[in-house]
Amino acid sequence: MQAILFYLTAVVAILSAFFVMKCRNPINSALNLVTTFLCLAVFYVMLESPFMAAVQIMVYAGAIMVLIIFVIMLLNLGLTVKTRYTHGLAAGGILSVMVLFVANYFTRAGEATGTGGSVTSELIASYGHTELIGRAMFVDFLLPFEIASILLLVAIVGAVVLSKRKV
Amino acid sequence: MTDPLLSLALILAKLIAVFGVILTLAAYLVLAERKLLARMQLRYGPNRVGPFGMMQPLADVIKLLTKEDFVPATADKWLFLIAPGLSAVTALLTFAVVPFGPPLEIFGKTLPLVVIDLNVGVLYFLGLSSLAVYGMALGGWASNSKYSLLGSIRGLSQLISYELSMGLAIVPVVMMARSFSLTEIVMAQEKIPYLLLNPLAFPIFLISVLAESKRIPFDLPEAENELVGGFHTEYSGMRFGLFFVGEYINLIILGSMVTVFFLGGWHGPWLPGVVWFALKVLAICAFFIWVRGSMPRLRYDQLMHFGWKVLLPLSLLNVLVTGAVLLGMS
Repeated sequence: MQAILFYLTAVVAILSAFFVMKCRNPINSALNLVTTFLCLAVFYVMLESPFMAAVQIMVYAGAIMVLIIFVIMLLNLGLTVKTRYTHGLAAGGILSVMVLFVANYFTRAGEATGTGGSVTSELIASYGHTELIGRAMFVDFLLPFEIASILLLVAIVGAVVLSKRKV
Repeated sequence: MTDPLLSLALILAKLIAVFGVILTLAAYLVLAERKLLARMQLRYGPNRVGPFGMMQPLADVIKLLTKEDFVPATADKWLFLIAPGLSAVTALLTFAVVPFGPPLEIFGKTLPLVVIDLNVGVLYFLGLSSLAVYGMALGGWASNSKYSLLGSIRGLSQLISYELSMGLAIVPVVMMARSFSLTEIVMAQEKIPYLLLNPLAFPIFLISVLAESKRIPFDLPEAENELVGGFHTEYSGMRFGLFFVGEYINLIILGSMVTVFFLGGWHGPWLPGVVWFALKVLAICAFFIWVRGSMPRLRYDQLMHFGWKVLLPLSLLNVLVTGAVLLGMS
């Protein structure tokens, strides 16, 4: 049952990822990307990480893609831009096949399967997935977390400084 | 009957019941709004179809269904057709996590009165409410008309701005209830509703919710006197009806979210839980209608300034203060 669901979602994810590049219209590309993100959220749910799924939808599909669509609407690019750059399709295809081979190699070699980690299904069931992530972020990896937040703050300040007009 | 089948049947029954109740309620909310607004403006409102105009929603639906479903020649056809559905579906899906009553005891089994009690219910609500933007944005863009595009661009920026303060206003609630599950948030308010425990978060959430529902004083995306109809200018027939119904479903959802987060959900004396929940939701909806009847529309820059310079800092401050108080108490 879960395997069928996985393959169905995977087909949708790959098809929509393909159409992200293939669509002429930037808005359609962006929407296909949203579909891919939704499929990823389904994968997170299947991996017993509902928190990650919700955040995936909220942040990627709900915030970042909305902003991208906003910019596309404002710029009103039309069909001309994408028809000019078609050679990227082949390069992207070759690159993704290469990444697929590398990922396949690591999975086969048993270095990235995740079965060896300390977080197991039993732990998630007994402790709660959200609690585990919260503990990892705010206790175990507090310093990297704070560094990342300062980095984001710097980016925000930079954006404000760059876009500020002289008064 | 085996157990998984039974639980499947229960879920289906709950889904159908919730679906029916929400749609009927949305239709009658339209009537209630027209009646109330009319009374506030010293008119009668719809009173021809059936006793007291009670059959008016039915007549409206029949009218909308039999009208021509018109697609503009220059529109992006597929997106134009899909967009109204998107806005109605995202609104409907949200109700899956709303607990509308205390768990029932039937045949020795406990039946939770919620379609599904997710342990990330709050995030599910926020995620779906951020997806709800797409219906409006795509509808306006696909129409290929200047008014529609202006409406949807306004709507996009407005919803993104107010979503932040809406999410941040719930953070103190989650901190106090120590859970993302809506059922547990309601359980935690058994004695005192969070309206009294956290009086600052409530107005922030209420105002952001008002902005999320795109109603006066925040109805910039469809400002009739500037943009004809905003993002749904080009729509007709039942597709316009879907946008319209989606807006009222959204109103019910947001009303029930206010109830769940701040008014103690189904808790209340004497009456059964479901009745209390319905009363509180309807009271919030009536408040929204009242606001619509008595407030002018904000100007666009006022809207943005208020969201970013007043509501957002206030909600951040509220998160800090709540955290400090909770830390001090523990």
